[in-house]
Formats: sequence, C-alpha cells, structure tokens
Amino acid sequence: MAETIVVTSGKGGVGKTTTSASIAVGLAQRGKRVAVIDFDIGLRNLDLIMGCERRVVYDFVNVIQGDCQLKQALIKDRRIETLFVLAASQTRDKDALTSDGVKRVLDELSAEGFDYIICDSPAGIEKGAHLAMYFADQAVVVVNPEVSSVRDSDRILGLLASRTQRAEQGNGGVKEHLLLTRYSPRRVATGEMMSVQDVKEILGLDVVGVVPESPDVLQASNAGVPVILNDNSDAARAYEDAVARLLGENVPFRFVEEPKKGFFARLLGR
Amino acid sequence: MGLLDLFRKPPKTASVAKERLRIIVAQERSARGSGTPDYLPLLRRELLEVIIKYVNVDPAAVQVNFGRESGHEVLEFSVALPEARRAQARGV
Repeated sequence: MAETIVVTSGKGGVGKTTTSASIAVGLAQRGKRVAVIDFDIGLRNLDLIMGCERRVVYDFVNVIQGDCQLKQALIKDRRIETLFVLAASQTRDKDALTSDGVKRVLDELSAEGFDYIICDSPAGIEKGAHLAMYFADQAVVVVNPEVSSVRDSDRILGLLASRTQRAEQGNGGVKEHLLLTRYSPRRVATGEMMSVQDVKEILGLDVVGVVPESPDVLQASNAGVPVILNDNSDAARAYEDAVARLLGENVPFRFVEEPKKGFFARLLGR
Repeated sequence: MGLLDLFRKPPKTASVAKERLRIIVAQERSARGSGTPDYLPLLRRELLEVIIKYVNVDPAAVQVNFGRESGHEVLEFSVALPEARRAQARGV
C-alpha cells in the first residue's frame, strides 16, 4: 500500500513545488518507488522544477479521462531509477479533476507497487487543493516565517482536520508536519524574523524540516534539477534531513543557528 | 553586521508578528471549531446590523460563541456597550 503525502500551504510562492520535488527525489534516492503528481491544473510547473517539461506527452487529466494508460503518462526520471512524474494538465477546465478520477489514479499507483505518492498541491483552498489533500495519509505543510503564510497554514490545517478521507473516516486523521522554508537564522537572531520555535508554538505542530534561505533554490529551478541534488548546498542537506525525519529517523536540526563569526568578520560586516 | 550597525538597533518585529498571529489564529480556530455551525459568522453579522441601528457599538464588541456544556449546546451572545451608553442603559 502506497503512502500518500500531500505538500500543501494555502499561500502561494512559499516553496510547495520545490519541496515536493526535493522530497520525491530524496525518498527515491533511498530506494523507494516514488510518484510525484502535480495537482495544479491549468498552471503546470512541477515538470519544469523536475526538468522534464519537454517529455510531457500525456498528463494527469488525460489519465483520469481515459485518453491514455497511467503508464503512458508517468514520466520516468532520468537521474533516479525509481522516480516518476505525473504532470498537471494545462486545460482551463476546472472540473477536469474529479474525486473518483483522483482516487482511481492513486489506487492504480498503489497497485503498481509505488511506496510513496507525493501530491504537489496548488495554492489556495479550491478544488485542486482539496483533491490534493483528500486522500492523503500525511501532510507536509510548507510555511515561511511570515504572518500571511503562517495564518494560511493554520487554515489548511483546519481543512486537513475536517475535509479529508482520513478525517471523515475518523481513523486518526492525516499525520501533519510543518516544513519551514526561506529561513534566515541571521534575521531570527536580530529579532526581525519569527523563529522555528515561534511558528511551532503558534501552529502547534511538529517540524519535519527547516530549509534555509538560499540562492541555490533559484539556481536549481533555473536548471531543472531539484535542489536536493546540489552537493554543495545547505538547502539540499536540510531537505535530506527532512526526508530522513519523514522516514522516522531522529536527525538533529542544522542551519537553524547563525554561524558564530570571528571579531574581524563582524567588524567588516562579512 | 558592519561597524555602524553595532550602534543601530534593528527593529524587533518578530515578537509583534508572533503576538498578532497568536491572537488571530486562536480566534479563527474557535470560529471553525469542531461542530461549530456554519451560520455563526452570518448570524454575528446580522445581529451586529440590528444592534447598530440602536446603539453605536464597535463591531469587535459583539461576540457570538458556540459551546457544549454537559451534554447540551449553548449559544452565547454578548455585547459590550460603550461607556456612556452603558450608564444610560442602567438608568432606564
């Protein structure tokens, strides 16, 4: 039985797709069979972040509508053997995604022997976001340490607790995790940014990862190589740690404290 | 941090953000709390419209809460009247 993880946030631009891509790659690097699905119908982007945009022939909606077989729409990653991408459709028809259709695709992926299905949710709380979370076993709520992102995350947590299959069936609900992105230990130290602890307290959830603000994230999306594959990046190491925690490993947090600077470095502002 | 920055205090807005969020998140959670009827926000707004016809109250002064007490549901409704009006109301 595949484990379905939704990556969601409410607010846009906080790093859902970057996170989906890196978590999918990270799980696949550990030998898991992983499918990552773009639920942002009409605004396909996961393919770009994964670097497979020119190989999209069939998409999620094609599979749901029976235009092709699931196997034809799954794009095999060229870097990692066990990783597959299912692209979002570019259709403007919002009703193209149906609950039955989504369930059928998830069940088929599970039957095909996938270990993990990562659902990259669109922003907002409309149908796409609802369907991305509805069948989830776990949720990674991506949040920036910033007021609007935190508030929207709480709204999403409310929906996860009420409008999901697990909530409706009353069997323990969806397992929720927070993942902070664009974290700046330096700004936290100066009192300009809320800390991991602050966000954790407000939302009352455990933190599965803290990804530092990093220029590597833009470089990664420019190149179509998920940031976790960058060998020299703090953001990559932070995503690897998050993947380890999702797999139940107890890993200490890195990159959450400002590195101690010497006297001269401080004097020179470096 | 450069040499000049040593003498300039950065604004500590993170604690302001945290406090604001703590309040608004608690308020929004109680509004959508488990089993809370969907009509509460609308009920609150309509009650407010009626009250404002008679008393000039602050919108924040009207509270509608839904709770459960030993097996039965309670709809609690409170209006904090402005100072002057309260004195007048007592006089009636």
